[in-house]
Amino acid sequence: MPEGQTLQVGFETQGQTVIVSPQGEIGYSEATVFRTWLRKAHDSKSPRIIVDLAKVDYMNTPGVATLVESLQISKRNKTRLILCGMNEKVFAIFKIARLDTVFEICPTLNDANAKT
Amino acid sequence: MISADSMKGAHVRMELRSSPIYTSGARDFVQAVTRRLGFAELDCNQIALAVDEALCNIMRHGYENKPDQPIWLGVWPVEEAGAASGIQIVIEDLARQIEPAMIKGRELHDVKPGGLGVHVIKEVMDKVTYEKRPEGGMRLTMIKHQKSAPAAGSVTGRCEGGKGCHA
Repeated sequence: MPEGQTLQVGFETQGQTVIVSPQGEIGYSEATVFRTWLRKAHDSKSPRIIVDLAKVDYMNTPGVATLVESLQISKRNKTRLILCGMNEKVFAIFKIARLDTVFEICPTLNDANAKT
Repeated sequence: MISADSMKGAHVRMELRSSPIYTSGARDFVQAVTRRLGFAELDCNQIALAVDEALCNIMRHGYENKPDQPIWLGVWPVEEAGAASGIQIVIEDLARQIEPAMIKGRELHDVKPGGLGVHVIKEVMDKVTYEKRPEGGMRLTMIKHQKSAPAAGSVTGRCEGGKGCHA
């Protein structure tokens, strides 16, 4: 793990869905690593990508920017991107940036999986 | 290397290098101070976020990712009638100077990556001022007032006449 980074990322394919599960903080240093995993999810050509943020303690705008970029790729590729599991602190930054209505956001991974 | 006179009256001063390794420490420090000043937990988180965003912007845009440049952070309680009613945070650097009027958050209806940091800072804090430092570099002054009286057990501070003492 590069110096100063606390992020670990789980990556799992379940049928037509890829689930990306970062764990730790997504700040300035970690955003690049996070972007690499999101790109991998898009490269898989799965029609649905779920980003489970339940184990993300903290995120700042470089982290949010990687998700915005991912959303743009999703729109281009006509795939579905769902975010889930955000804690209050992480959700607050989406609200401040007025992105809470731009993304498809579910409370839990189960809710995201149940989305058709 | 020491910062400008404007930091002299700070109740707490911190000098850090422009490496992302140290942003979480600065964030935790600000969060701890705001908690003791009696801010609500959500405000503590958001003030710490504003500091984090400011530090990221300096490292990324000001110092262009050079990890060994100086950044100074100073904290003052803002007082009203002898009680802490808010916090003032000043962050200074020696990065390249830009016109303060050029520092703007992007339009939020334009959904694209980047440009959100300044918007977050302005949204979270009550007063945000960017200035060019006469010695070189930039100064960011941020003030946040508490929405209600400080929580019981919070610590008040006495202003010593430094730059940040105006409520």
